[in-house]
Amino acid sequence: MIAAAEAPGPMEQFEILPLIKFPAEGNIDLSFTNSSLWMLIGVGAIIAFFAAATSRRSLVPGRLQSSVEVLHEFIADLVRDTIGPEGRRFLPYIFTLFIFILVGNLFGLLPSVPGTPERFHTFTTTSHLAVTGALALLTITIVIVYGFWKNGLGFLKLFWPSGLPVWMYAFIPLIEFISFLSRPISLAIRLFANMLAGHIILKLFAGFVIALLGAGGFISVIGVAPFLGAVAVMMLEFLIAALQAYVFAILACIYLNDAVHAGSH
Amino acid sequence: MDAEAAKLIGAGLAVIPLAGAGVGIGLIFGNFLSGAFRNPSASAANQPTMLLGFALAEFTGLLGFATAMIILYAS
Repeated sequence: MIAAAEAPGPMEQFEILPLIKFPAEGNIDLSFTNSSLWMLIGVGAIIAFFAAATSRRSLVPGRLQSSVEVLHEFIADLVRDTIGPEGRRFLPYIFTLFIFILVGNLFGLLPSVPGTPERFHTFTTTSHLAVTGALALLTITIVIVYGFWKNGLGFLKLFWPSGLPVWMYAFIPLIEFISFLSRPISLAIRLFANMLAGHIILKLFAGFVIALLGAGGFISVIGVAPFLGAVAVMMLEFLIAALQAYVFAILACIYLNDAVHAGSH
Repeated sequence: MDAEAAKLIGAGLAVIPLAGAGVGIGLIFGNFLSGAFRNPSASAANQPTMLLGFALAEFTGLLGFATAMIILYAS
């Protein structure tokens, strides 16, 4: 019975499957996929949660309202500490970024309903480079546009740090420029690789459990070990899901800080 | 050499970075603890920075792991 159950490989969970097919325009396929569905579910859940929490605003907050207030204070403190008082205008963006990534990471950890077709399985939107890359590019575009809008050409001082020995200006601007260009890449790959690796480890352990159970007899008792391993990895994944959203938000803040205070470093 | 064997060896080589990530995470938590024991009152304020360092160090190892998994299953 169990031996017949085949475990799909650890990479199948990342497959993008179209739910509603739209005719492709040239090379661009605009189909509504499981990735789109899970992003919609995430955004819907966020909107419902915040609408419910802020519908009855009271001076003494209830349970729901104070959870939102704690979240808001957390991000507001982060923005204030890294960017300073000028950072207030970026608070909506950083808050949106944080909540979207957090919900994307956490909803990816939900179990799939057994027996449903594969395209309705739980999908981690942030485990795809296309999603994290879009978020990172948006962040770095805001940094560049705001930097030039606020400082004019003074934004280029970012690549020209003051107070160095003269001979170092031969190569330091180049290094600074390359490090600036690598920022969106590292931002995108960090989130994507963390989610990818965590979910692969989870499914690998799950695959071990099924393989050991399928072996039957005494060997199937050993299957308890990878199961406990999967539970431990699951707990780590909850930490990582929250931590990566936080890391993405704090790095976005640090990069925005460069745009706000371009001349002073 | 067989292409399949080369793939397996490549995947094995690609997880070597995990050793570095292990050393890095150990250094971060170890140094944080030794600092926190000296000055416990300052430890709470520095916890987010420690977790940030942990996430950044872990990432380098995960990059290797993800590469290995892509070599094994997705190519």
